[in-house]
Amino acid sequence: MIAPELDAEEGAMVEDITAILPQFNKTRANLIPILQSIQENHSYLATVAIEMVADHLSISPSEVYGVATFYNQFRLHPPGRHQIKVCLGTACHVAGGDIILENFERKLGIKDGQTTPDREYSVERVACVGCCALAPVAVIDDAVEAHVQPSRVEGIFVQFQVERERQERENMEGEAGE
Amino acid sequence: MSKAAANKNFASLQQEAERRAIERKNESIPTIYIVMSTCGLASGAAETKQAFEEALSTKSIEARIVPVGCLGHCYAEPLVVIDHPTAGFPPICYHQVSTGRAGLLVRSYLEKGDPVFEYILGAMEENDLIPAVMDFPRFNLEQRLVMEQCGRIDPDDIYQYIAEGGYSGLVKALASEPEKIIAEIETSGLRGRGGAGFPAGRKWRLARANDREGRIVICNADEGDPGAYMDRTILESNPHQLLEGLAICAYGVGADQAIVYVRAEYPLAVRTMKQAINSAEELSLLGPSILGTSFNLDVSVFQGSGAFVCGEETALIQSIEGKRGMPQYRPPYPVDKGLWGNSTVVNNVKTLSSVPAIIKKGPEWFRTIGTEKSPGTAIFSVVGNVKHPGLVEIAMGTSLRTLIFDVCGGIPDKKSFKAVQIGGPSGGCLPESFLDTPIDFDSLIEAGAMMGSGGMVVMDQGSCMVDVARYFLDFTQKESCGKCTFCRIGTRHLLSILDRITKGEGTEKDLELLETLGEDIKGGSLCGLGKTAPNPVLTSLNYFREEYEAHIKEKRCPAMKCRALTAFYIDLDKCARGCDVCVGCCPVEAIFTTTGRKKAIDQELCVKCGECMVVCPPEYDAVEKVSPPELAPIIEPPPKKDRESK
Repeated sequence: MIAPELDAEEGAMVEDITAILPQFNKTRANLIPILQSIQENHSYLATVAIEMVADHLSISPSEVYGVATFYNQFRLHPPGRHQIKVCLGTACHVAGGDIILENFERKLGIKDGQTTPDREYSVERVACVGCCALAPVAVIDDAVEAHVQPSRVEGIFVQFQVERERQERENMEGEAGE
Repeated sequence: MSKAAANKNFASLQQEAERRAIERKNESIPTIYIVMSTCGLASGAAETKQAFEEALSTKSIEARIVPVGCLGHCYAEPLVVIDHPTAGFPPICYHQVSTGRAGLLVRSYLEKGDPVFEYILGAMEENDLIPAVMDFPRFNLEQRLVMEQCGRIDPDDIYQYIAEGGYSGLVKALASEPEKIIAEIETSGLRGRGGAGFPAGRKWRLARANDREGRIVICNADEGDPGAYMDRTILESNPHQLLEGLAICAYGVGADQAIVYVRAEYPLAVRTMKQAINSAEELSLLGPSILGTSFNLDVSVFQGSGAFVCGEETALIQSIEGKRGMPQYRPPYPVDKGLWGNSTVVNNVKTLSSVPAIIKKGPEWFRTIGTEKSPGTAIFSVVGNVKHPGLVEIAMGTSLRTLIFDVCGGIPDKKSFKAVQIGGPSGGCLPESFLDTPIDFDSLIEAGAMMGSGGMVVMDQGSCMVDVARYFLDFTQKESCGKCTFCRIGTRHLLSILDRITKGEGTEKDLELLETLGEDIKGGSLCGLGKTAPNPVLTSLNYFREEYEAHIKEKRCPAMKCRALTAFYIDLDKCARGCDVCVGCCPVEAIFTTTGRKKAIDQELCVKCGECMVVCPPEYDAVEKVSPPELAPIIEPPPKKDRESK
């Protein structure tokens, strides 16, 4: 069963893809750039997106699916609002990156590649973000965290919590003001 | 004909660049250069920049802030260079400039003229007041050719590159025949820096010999090797040098189309590159009829989507064509039949970035650097257990010992050297006895490793070689494209055997199996990924066999790294009564209070993260790590019920 929230999201995706597809010539070479631009706007590729792209390029959906699953960049499931990427490059591995990943997984109760049921967080492992001298590294949304210690993992969630509470307070004040 | 026009057009660009440089100098306001590449940003360079801006505005001091690329000294990030022309000091480089230090520097140095000696890394020029950075081995043992301007110029300002002599190599090339350019590169002996070391000049000649129209040049910046980031640094710090090399290459082989293939994981590099292409096109250094000559070059950026195998040239071409990036059988080589069937030259970032200097200074000059068979420099990202990690550019032929101990400061924390892993997932682990191996393409292959992409991970006694081999296999197994059975299934089996060994479930037969299977995978795979995937296992098995044996026979991990084979316990003689630092830090609440208000670890709950060992105050130092785990004394935890009710 699909949650109603997802339906609205897919609707928006369909609308957006209908708008951007005409910008691309109908050549196979545009397949990856199209998928990249869809993912950039919607952070994942829904089944309907794959079908629409296949239709536009006149290739079978399985071809598109094949490409989308081959490359690490593409995801077929919606990520969390906060994306946590733990680097497991060589230097990070030697510095204990797997322990950091485990801490995130334990804290959120999910495995790498998964999203929490409330879609707040998702955790994934990435091969290398290229900051090896600062190992172990984690990328939280777009910010790179250097020299992550297990205790820092707690700190990151506390920060999110504080931020959320602050926003809630602001919202309440805003409502009260009206 | 148009050659004279090219010279004239370029001369006016040079004048403009010079005029801007002089104008900057004459302003005589302080300039603050902040290293803002990906690693700088990770260390907080953006916050530092903000702190500078705020401090400058509160003190109403006028200064220019220039974001620059990476200097390669990652251990000292965020790095800041302050050029304060009226203070009487040369430009000074400061290390680890946090937001607090940024404010302090503005208040002390910019306002009062005191350069705050305790935070200085060194002066950027020779002088009588402050030791220059060039006096330190980390700087003066390096020989910078490709990375010379990295971190010294603003990557987004093309005029700064021109002012440093940039694009004059292209102008020189345009004035001579393409054949001559190829001959020069051949004489220089430049070898492809992508890992295999194929002579670049020969590749260009092969492409030119192909008389079909529509040749294409591709710059391979799909740096997928975990642990290597020099290509990203070059792209982010000095994109124009690469573009100049790319244009010279295109002119030499007769191509009118060029593609820079960058990983999408490097958003800053993609942005910098696109911006650089735009500004070069504006000045007619790229695009149609370059500098008024008949040479056209259309340059575009293609974003790779994250597949390690796409570093292989045929797979890379497949991926640009919109297919799954699977390597193709060679021949036909891409120089004959590459992208869309056209003759295609694929060169690495470092190869192309070396080209402008060769054209400018001549192939003989290039041959004076490095060794007879591998001229030029090598760039390594030296990371892991070294004091001064970062990017190092050294002449080929330098020994590993010089690189690790002299340039990078050796192993920190009084630990001893154990192994160095060179070449990423395709390379090998070399022990101490190989430290005097000179670094060049051939010597490294002879030793069982390879140049690869230039990733170098230094490991001290705390690294387990079996675990490192398992890590690389885990990587290659995931990245295998699946085309060849031996690579697809073979690496999977290698991984499961290694998994077994690191869990203490290995048998003596496993070692033999690892060796034979490794050789089979090498023989049965089409591309470099499969051919080299077993290298980390085979070399570590060769040089560190006793470590594998300890895992199998004694169920012991000598480096105490494999978590299934280690245990933590608290030494009750050392533990302080009533101290509970470890209790708070334990992520799984495995630490409980035992007799005499001392602490103990519940071995069933413990996840072996080692956090308690880190936080235990040094005056007690009570947490011990042992392997095999049976060595840890067993202290019965109180029944679960009691603890929950508490």
